Amino acid sequence: MKLVIALVVLVVGSLLFHLWSPWWFTPLASNWHTVDTTVDITLYITGAVFVIVNLFMAWAVYRYRHRPEQRARYEPENKRLETWLTVITAVGVAAMLAPGLVVWADFTQVPEDAAPVEVVGEQWQWSYRFPGEDGVLGEVAARHVGPDNPFGMNPADPAGADDILVSSNELHLPIDRPVKLLLRSKDVLHNFAVPQFRVKMDLVPGSVSFVWFTPTRSGRFDVLCMELCGIAHYAMRGQVIVDSQADFDAWLAQQTTWADISSQPAGDPSAGQQLYATCSACHGPEGQGNAAMNSPALAGLEPWYIQRQLRYYQQGIRGTHDDDEYGKQMAAMAATVATDTALRDLSAYIASLPAANSDATVEGDPARGAAHYNTCGACHGVRAQGNYALQAPRLAGQQDWYLKRQLAHFRHGIRGAHSDDNYGHQMVLMARSLQNEQSINDLLAYVNTL
Amino acid sequence: MSLFSTLREKPWEPQPALAGHPTPADPLATPRTALRFIMAIVGVLFFLFIITFLSRSQYPDFQALAGQPWQPFSDTSRLWFNTALLAASSLAMHIAVLVAQREHLNRAVLGISLAVFFAIGFLLAQLDLWQRLMAAGYYINSNPANSYFYLLTAVHGLHLLGGMVVLANLLFRVWYDDSLATLSGPLSLCAQYWHFLLAVWLLLFALLASSPDTINTLAALCGF
Amino acid sequence: MQHTALADQTLELHDPHSFVTKYIWSQDHKVIAIQYGLTAVFVGLVALVLSALMRLQLGFPDTFDFITPGAYLQFVTMHGMIMVIYLLTALLLGGFGNYLIPLMVGARDMVFPYMNMLSYWMYLLSVIILLASFFVPGGPTGAGWTLYPPQAILQGTPGYDWGIILMLVSLAVFIIAFTMGGLNYVTTVLQARTRGMTLMRMPLTIWGIFTATVLGLLAFPALLVSAIMMLLDKTIGTSFFMPALVSLGENLDYTGGSPVLFQHLFWFFGHPEVYIVALPAFGMVSDVLACHARKNIFGYRMMVWAIVAIGGLSFVVWAHHMYVSGMHPAFGFFFATTTLIIAVPTAIKVYNWVLTLWQGNIHLRVPMLFAIGFIFTFIHGGLTGLFLGNVTIDLPLSDTYFVVAHFHMVMGVSPIMVLFAAIYHWYPLITGRMLNDALGKAHFWLTFLGTYAIYLPMHYLGFLGVPRRYFAMGSTDFIPESALSLNASITVSALIVGASQLIFLFNVFWSLRHGEKAPHNPWGATSLEWQTPDVPPKHGNWGPELPTVYRWAYDFSVPGAERDFIAQNEPPDAAHPTSGELGGAS
Repeated sequence: MKLVIALVVLVVGSLLFHLWSPWWFTPLASNWHTVDTTVDITLYITGAVFVIVNLFMAWAVYRYRHRPEQRARYEPENKRLETWLTVITAVGVAAMLAPGLVVWADFTQVPEDAAPVEVVGEQWQWSYRFPGEDGVLGEVAARHVGPDNPFGMNPADPAGADDILVSSNELHLPIDRPVKLLLRSKDVLHNFAVPQFRVKMDLVPGSVSFVWFTPTRSGRFDVLCMELCGIAHYAMRGQVIVDSQADFDAWLAQQTTWADISSQPAGDPSAGQQLYATCSACHGPEGQGNAAMNSPALAGLEPWYIQRQLRYYQQGIRGTHDDDEYGKQMAAMAATVATDTALRDLSAYIASLPAANSDATVEGDPARGAAHYNTCGACHGVRAQGNYALQAPRLAGQQDWYLKRQLAHFRHGIRGAHSDDNYGHQMVLMARSLQNEQSINDLLAYVNTL
Repeated sequence: MSLFSTLREKPWEPQPALAGHPTPADPLATPRTALRFIMAIVGVLFFLFIITFLSRSQYPDFQALAGQPWQPFSDTSRLWFNTALLAASSLAMHIAVLVAQREHLNRAVLGISLAVFFAIGFLLAQLDLWQRLMAAGYYINSNPANSYFYLLTAVHGLHLLGGMVVLANLLFRVWYDDSLATLSGPLSLCAQYWHFLLAVWLLLFALLASSPDTINTLAALCGF
Repeated sequence: MQHTALADQTLELHDPHSFVTKYIWSQDHKVIAIQYGLTAVFVGLVALVLSALMRLQLGFPDTFDFITPGAYLQFVTMHGMIMVIYLLTALLLGGFGNYLIPLMVGARDMVFPYMNMLSYWMYLLSVIILLASFFVPGGPTGAGWTLYPPQAILQGTPGYDWGIILMLVSLAVFIIAFTMGGLNYVTTVLQARTRGMTLMRMPLTIWGIFTATVLGLLAFPALLVSAIMMLLDKTIGTSFFMPALVSLGENLDYTGGSPVLFQHLFWFFGHPEVYIVALPAFGMVSDVLACHARKNIFGYRMMVWAIVAIGGLSFVVWAHHMYVSGMHPAFGFFFATTTLIIAVPTAIKVYNWVLTLWQGNIHLRVPMLFAIGFIFTFIHGGLTGLFLGNVTIDLPLSDTYFVVAHFHMVMGVSPIMVLFAAIYHWYPLITGRMLNDALGKAHFWLTFLGTYAIYLPMHYLGFLGVPRRYFAMGSTDFIPESALSLNASITVSALIVGASQLIFLFNVFWSLRHGEKAPHNPWGATSLEWQTPDVPPKHGNWGPELPTVYRWAYDFSVPGAERDFIAQNEPPDAAHPTSGELGGAS
């Protein structure tokens, strides 16, 4: 008897849960309303079956419960009933399948006017490539990939020169224009998914897959990687910003082409040395950092990292939070390195300073810290040497009090929470996995040994 | 189709006679059923390897081992030699079964010994072929076609080794029981397995020594 | 091949003498079944603990320092692999298959008892290799139970070095173990049935186990092939599945391989694997339902056909796991169609279970509670499968919590409900004692309601778009705070369900000593396993003479018969209302 009540309650409860649940599809932002319709059809049919079969079962359990002197009916089979049930089921299944196949046919047929955009996935970030004026994406190959050529562009292919390379997790798309995303991965499987667009597809290294849609709503949407891609899978986030055509064109015009990037001159350390005079007051002549001045070590930090941080300070992406006292100081200083050339020269000089170990100020157990460092090492390297491909700076030799403060800043959203901070959001997620003061000290004690 | 009529039986209706499944009178029925399953399983295993081979062959870095004069299997004489060894082993097994059925124990043992001799010869010759390929610079990881060659020959060889273990077990039991009656039946099953492995080898041979054109045609037929 | 058939006159059973040969190096199918069962339950408990750790992280992120992102992925991977392969497959086929096949078809043992013993020891070896990966540098693999390359063998994935190697070796050993056992099961069913046991007189349990074993024998080679090839890619640098790629900034030597090829192989095994788990469960639940409803299973022939049809179709639906894998989209049409076709025989099975209850005489004993609970959870899980099988709906839902909820409903909760039904049903036969009824009911209610509280809401997180295999959600615009609290409530339910399994374990071990002595055939079942001269059955099962079968296994409540069941081996002569020397239930 209890079971009968439970079955009825579960059926009714499931229906109520469905009706009252605040958790449902996100509001649609693409042309794929047909996907939602297909879901609805399936939902109604399966919902009806769920209710009917379970209530019938509940009734049967109640009506035919064991009573003395009762005997079950002996009926090996009932061909008519079984045939009818088979036919009805087949009709129901066909009713669900047919719209599915029709919509899938649409999905496989990319409209001819869809604009091609390449999405590149790698552990654990996104970047994008537009074909430029010639409308053709230049050839790429894994063997060309290097620090100066993150997209793996073939230098010999002229079609690639005007390709627009977006080395950022943020993609802009024009509203109401169909777009065909060509999906490519540099390392492992990834999946480009924007829940509001409804469609998703894997990125497979060694081949190019595609997905197409027409954005119909402007706004900012999260891109999530939905194919397990390693330790920081959950931190592989991007953004799609759907703009008006004019805003989109303006954004695209600001991006750099492959020709621009490949013709950029290298930084000049000797010019940078003069610029560094300002910095040395706090960061020390050898870039060793100074705990009393709250300034971290700079020696050995990679040029791309220094450049990115200075830009972030200049653009208000870092050093603007109220609780970031020293960041605000730095933001004022960063404004003095105004030009791209100055940035390149200065960072080249800093990179040339020999990295040295800093004095330990935290006490912890390096052996236990090593276990925590496994996670960090995936990006920052087993020797904490940093890795350009992951945009992860060098940690070895850094002042431990500085690392500790930055971890706290990331954890509390003081750093890395700005929507334009493309890589900081990963550190926000990562820093949160370490909550306990002692664990952090252990970790830093281990980093000090590297 | 007896399967279909079986599946249409209405088991709740009283059946006239005791239409039962009698305890098998044939003592070989059980191992024969098992052998059929084994051959089906091994068949599926090689089928899947071959399917992946055909699929993988359509990627640009795949270089078949035959087709051009400088490639190792444009001269198939060594492969034919190895094939002859395995075929001789199969033949010897077959003859051993025939004489065992006529209850000539000594000749049957001679036949089996020859079969084992040739089978071991085949395995050694395959190993020798590996050595030659490696000496010529065709390493397992330098090209997928090479990888498949080593992999498929190794898996085939392991199955032959497994067969020899079963055969050894059988001979041990015959020797232990000292009865010829227990020999010919199981031996005929061993022989079936031997012929099956010969057939698998011929298939592998044909595939691995095919020119790129043949491989491409096969792959196209499979839809790759 | 060298063994002779086990005919009843030439009884050539390996006779155990000492404790060691009786309980350790035993060739008795019943002892092997118990060995399989205990090992599977033990390793399943490990997986249960892993799932609790995983749920703690998801429900209360940023709380537990020892659950790092890498450790989380390792928990996910090992939980999935252990549950699917080392618990469900091993317990359903190695455990129940071993125990029930000879007893239900009237054989004295499996046809190759020695190989059967080896099968268990190989299985134990595979479990040891698997668990050893917890203790190697880098820990077990964290590549997800699907082990997709390239990431499974590349830096950036936990356990990419030793962990994955041990996992692949363990799987290969498991497959060898399964093949040895499986050959026994199919050959025993085909060749060692007793007199009168025609194929269509076999209980559905045997049909389910037999078909599942055939599927396993033909599908596991695909996993073996992919495991061998990935092992070579990992250890000696071949490029079967590995394309040219740049791993963490470093150009590797791989060229031109195809990761999607691995996925095809994996799912060519992986989808039949779903039915390798489901079909034995379908079979066993049919027999439990019929017995406790005192009614013949409704539409026996249809049930057999459905099992065979599902088994056959399960080999042509695999790529529905790969709609968004980047394979050619045209495959979507074919696989969506085959996948939805397979829903028809599956639905028929559900109807026939419900129609077995209809006009029955239902005893709501503990096994029956679990069986009816199974029907409910399976309906739920089966219907959500119609979403994911339909290629268009898979676009928004794949790789979300919806998938997790669906497959846990359909191949986690449902088969486990059947396993519990089966354990409560057959425990008296196996041990000679009854399980405690009150504890059994408490266990049922906590498990049944608790699992629904876990998985129903999880579907809705999936609709929302919450991705699976995420260590933490962080702040994502479209995911409201309420979704995170929902995750916490799911975790609480999961912990309760996990803890309630202790009631079950306690019951099983306590009843072994203190349970009520089981009467002969306590449920009044018709099938042969309850008609043995001794309970629990002794070595050789049948005493001096094998039983003879006169009827199918579902003669419950036959009009005109004195009792409401007639055992399969009861002669048709109406002058013998009871089954003579075997003695009937009172």
